[in-house]
Amino acid sequence: MSGAHSGALVAHQFDDAEQQHASASLGMWIFLATEVLFFGGLFCGYTLYRGLYPAGFEAGSHLLKVQYGAAYTVMLICSSLTMALGVRSAQLGKRKALVTFLVLTILLGAAFVFIKLRFEWYGDYLEHIVPAIHWAPQGKALAEITRLGASLNHVELFMFFYFVMTGVHALHMIIGVGVMTWLLILAWRGRFSPDRYNQVEMAGLYWHFVDIVWIFLFPLLYLIGGRY
Amino acid sequence: MVGHVLSKKLYVTVFALLIALTALTTGVAYIDLGAYNTVAALAIAVVKASLVVLFFMHLKYTPGMTRIALAAAVGWLVILLALTLADFHTRSWTPVPQSWQASTAPAR
Repeated sequence: MSGAHSGALVAHQFDDAEQQHASASLGMWIFLATEVLFFGGLFCGYTLYRGLYPAGFEAGSHLLKVQYGAAYTVMLICSSLTMALGVRSAQLGKRKALVTFLVLTILLGAAFVFIKLRFEWYGDYLEHIVPAIHWAPQGKALAEITRLGASLNHVELFMFFYFVMTGVHALHMIIGVGVMTWLLILAWRGRFSPDRYNQVEMAGLYWHFVDIVWIFLFPLLYLIGGRY
Repeated sequence: MVGHVLSKKLYVTVFALLIALTALTTGVAYIDLGAYNTVAALAIAVVKASLVVLFFMHLKYTPGMTRIALAAAVGWLVILLALTLADFHTRSWTPVPQSWQASTAPAR
């Protein structure tokens, strides 16, 4: 840090860039702690009802397609890698690399949301397994529910958890893609430098958090009771 | 420069581990382990989340205050789960008193 120019990079309430960075990081982590509890309420309700209606949850899980869940997981892990490399590029002042990695992250995130809404959820709608709105399991879905001796109402409850949890997660993805787009514009204009990249890193923390939520959602929603 | 720059190799290694663990958790679901299927799924998810938190989110290289924020998140999540489940799973232990049953029974 030297000269008037780089001095302006540190807001006046901070001693130095290091303290400013630590401060931003702590604030973001506290926000993420509130997010943990936001999703925690849903996970808590899920755990409770899965304990009460194990057959309904197993049958519900078998109505979902594992290949979608696994594909999303891989996409999100890839996007976490591109995000982490993007933050690294910002730290090293590599503008072009940062722009490239942000674009890749946005594409992966947008593809996740697109596939979820256009193919998976629409497919669920066509199969009549959307709770409340279009709930009348038939054919293979109904056969699986009957095979496991599950109550239709309990399976519907599972589907509520599935749609709300993945829906809220998808909403976080959409917000994340919006934030990344904003960062992309700033990065394109060359607003980041090795002394000034806090926004990139904090957005990265959010993005990785959303990835972690999915890491738990995937086995808990798609892989219950085994597929054997 | 501010913060800690990690090597590209480290990020790619963590990424490879995460992909491998995703394959493992999917594969394990096709093997019948009884109740341990859930245990395995959660254990693998916790390992994956830890990898993301430690390396992608740089927790390993950040000051102690940040770790307190994470500890608070996990701590309160445990309280939320433990107290809620403790409530529901112990309700059947004590019968509802006669007088309450009478007052909550539908009128005839």
